[in-house]
Amino acid sequence: MSAASLKVNGRVHTVDADPKCPLLYVLRDNLGMLNPRFGCGVGQCGACTVLVDNHAVRSCQLTLANAAGKEIVTLEGLETNGKPHPVQAAFIAEETFQCGYCLNGWVLTAKALLDTNPHPTDSEMRRAFESLVCRCGSHVGIFAAVRRASEPAKRSA
Amino acid sequence: MAPKIEITRREFVKDAGGLLIGFSLADAAVFPRVLSAAAGETITAPSPSRLDSWLHIDKEGLVHVFTGKPEIGMGVGTAYSQIVAEELDVPVNRVVLVMGDTATTANQGGVGGSTSIMLGAKPLRNASANARYLLTQMASKRLGVSVDDLEVKEGVVRVKGDASKSVSYAELAGSGDLNDTLKVSGTGFGLNVEGPGKPKDPSAYTIVGKPVPREDLPPKILGHFKYVTDVRVPGMLHGRVIRPSGVGGAFVSVDENSAKAIPGFVRTVVKGNFVGVVAENEWAAIQAAKALRVTWTAPKQAFPEQRDLYAHMRSTPVKASKETLKRGDAAGALAGAAKKVQASYEFPFQSHATMGPGCALADVHTDGITTVWSGGQKPHELQKGYAELLRVPLDTVRVIWMEDAGSYGRPGFEDTGADAVLLSEAVGKPVRVQWMREDMTAWGAKGPAVICDLAAALDAQGEATAVQFTSRAFSGGETYFRPGDAGNYLGAQLTGIPNTTGIDEFAQWGAESAPYTFQNVHAMAHVVPAFYDSASPLRTTHLRDPEGPATSFATESFMDEIAAAAGVDPVEFRLKHLDEPRAKAVLTAAAQKAGWDTRPSPKKSTAAGDIAKGRGIGLSTRNGTYVGTVAEVDVNRKTGAVRVTRFVCAHDCGLIINPLALRTTIEANLIQSISRSLKEEVTFDRSNVTSVDWVTYPVARASDVPDRVEVILINHPELPSSGAGEPSSRAIAAAIANAVFDATGARVRQAPLTPARVKAALDGIGRV
Repeated sequence: MSAASLKVNGRVHTVDADPKCPLLYVLRDNLGMLNPRFGCGVGQCGACTVLVDNHAVRSCQLTLANAAGKEIVTLEGLETNGKPHPVQAAFIAEETFQCGYCLNGWVLTAKALLDTNPHPTDSEMRRAFESLVCRCGSHVGIFAAVRRASEPAKRSA
Repeated sequence: MAPKIEITRREFVKDAGGLLIGFSLADAAVFPRVLSAAAGETITAPSPSRLDSWLHIDKEGLVHVFTGKPEIGMGVGTAYSQIVAEELDVPVNRVVLVMGDTATTANQGGVGGSTSIMLGAKPLRNASANARYLLTQMASKRLGVSVDDLEVKEGVVRVKGDASKSVSYAELAGSGDLNDTLKVSGTGFGLNVEGPGKPKDPSAYTIVGKPVPREDLPPKILGHFKYVTDVRVPGMLHGRVIRPSGVGGAFVSVDENSAKAIPGFVRTVVKGNFVGVVAENEWAAIQAAKALRVTWTAPKQAFPEQRDLYAHMRSTPVKASKETLKRGDAAGALAGAAKKVQASYEFPFQSHATMGPGCALADVHTDGITTVWSGGQKPHELQKGYAELLRVPLDTVRVIWMEDAGSYGRPGFEDTGADAVLLSEAVGKPVRVQWMREDMTAWGAKGPAVICDLAAALDAQGEATAVQFTSRAFSGGETYFRPGDAGNYLGAQLTGIPNTTGIDEFAQWGAESAPYTFQNVHAMAHVVPAFYDSASPLRTTHLRDPEGPATSFATESFMDEIAAAAGVDPVEFRLKHLDEPRAKAVLTAAAQKAGWDTRPSPKKSTAAGDIAKGRGIGLSTRNGTYVGTVAEVDVNRKTGAVRVTRFVCAHDCGLIINPLALRTTIEANLIQSISRSLKEEVTFDRSNVTSVDWVTYPVARASDVPDRVEVILINHPELPSSGAGEPSSRAIAAAIANAVFDATGARVRQAPLTPARVKAALDGIGRV
């Protein structure tokens, strides 16, 4: 155990945990941030996704030691002053998801994608999402939400 | 005699204050009387005969509804809110649901069989109608006018034509209990209540039938929602389980020193062949489970080589047989047929493989109240099973359902709860268990492997006169879908408790199949014995639409095979052999919207290049729901890879409660069915399931999603609602296989339609 400094959603936390502990358990158990979810523990599904320096990262594969000093954002950190992030608003507007257990992966990967590529083509979107699993099969709504979020000007016009 | 605690609706809601919206982690504030129950006290479940067991109106006018039905991700909760709001004439956002808590909700059998709306909504609708009846009676007295002269708007009862004379539900409910007695009928899924208050005629609906956004989605997407994985209670420890070396492997010894050095490790728990670890935090539990050196005996070689699975199913003596349909003389017609069509279809074991492995938290007090938080979709059954496992009275166990990752039947959340119960009992503290991925995918119970053999007779005019169906399948119920017995759970079986409740459930063509009118039909179903009687990773149970996708893969593929032999278009062939107008309507609607090219399959394609395009159709019926789905596919002739490019699905489930949630449920069913049709197959060796993760048990990914998914909702307000959770998944494998045949002339009769299988079929026939 050793104390590490972790910046999550703009706040710095001091965590006393095993430096080899995956960020997922540090967030959930040490910091009570329960949105990143355990899906597979081997980086194959994306349920545990967080943003690290605005890249979508599997928190089950990133150790506390390697996360320290980085800018970490979790799903609940997307809101600003109680206002949903436009990507979240798009997913809500499209009634996306069934159980929703996977959605940290989809919402945060969509956010990271749209930040670097605001108007992805269909194949760019599929490529960005290929490593994610939604077991319920909510992909139709997911794709619709990303299209909606990528065209805010057109939508509001 | 232990004193009994009966939580009335009134006390419950009074204690609850405003905390009932969603789940509050401050559970003690929500249920103080339950959690403070002293040793020797018991909890009594609400009686369905009391109106206030179903709903309560608080002084703010919020309508608290108590239902034994959980929400498993398809929006049924929002539909319930609409139904209640409709009958009471309150805004839908004034309805607050409490679902699946055995201490506060009546036993409605939990979720199953796509019946949550069809059956489960009935007592809620009737209770609401009776609450309205009672409230308007009270208002009549208060306002001095007859009930006929009253109307209700947004929870306020007022005199027609004189809005100044009014009284709100909140005021009325504050002056007396809604404790009328209702007449109870049925149990489980069929539990219903009736009273003098009658529900509205559907023609008067203003809330039911409207696209109300699902209430659970914004909190989920914003990250405010709490799943069962997120429950935390003081003093809670984390557990993990260690499974045997394989089927039949027995515990020999454990070297506890192998995990002792892990900071936070508490102890090992061994009971028979059940082995678990408990630690202070989750990471420590995971590390300890991995590090712990457990010695097992060699496992049994109870399974055949995977490549021999279907040969084994054909050669092994059957355990049970059943004639499921007999009309006319199919054998006679076949004997005299001018032309015979014969084909066999094979469908593999499939896994629920829920997105998150099961999770549960158990706080066991064998001398007091035990509480288990579980995502299992039948909480009242779990209450029975866990009480039996702990050898304590039923009314000392409370199961609180909270949403887990999907469900799709009996996924293993039930077993996770039993693991948590065993570990908590052993250590005397609350223990949270989440399975690891391999615990879920490899050791969760499976949907059964199914073989169907079909034969049809064509007469001299090419008319189909007879169909014969014979299935050989593992029972769909080696692990009974109602998890109400201790022996039902994997962990309990490992401790030595036998599973005595398995049933022979047949893969059948019968009442639940598409209503084709062939003159002569004979259907037989045989059950193949389980590989191993206890704690087998290849044990079966209900997986979404039990046996439906497997038997429909066979029957709906075969309809196309007969149509092709008769040289008739697949849609026309089906329409010709159907009387049921609703079945015809969904086929016609889907074909029309898809721009169906009417001609026999296969397409005589002259297109150059590797990609062949085709279209196929499938019809499914289930408990009064009718679904016709067109699939369009691209088949890569070089690789055998199949991609579904478009679905058009026409869906008729009677009266639609919420078209928005219904549409997304169907869309998800279709995508999950692509996964099961093209990718999913549990792999195994002689002793173990070797599908352990998302690489070894691949499912549909973004690249598998069709370019277009079109859903046509056919509403029948004059008919009762039937189910929607499963019917649209039923005929998808067949629709895809039919489209592959249409594209290439190659018939694939084994699911999933992997590139290797499609390629083999293509090579078998060469290019068309």
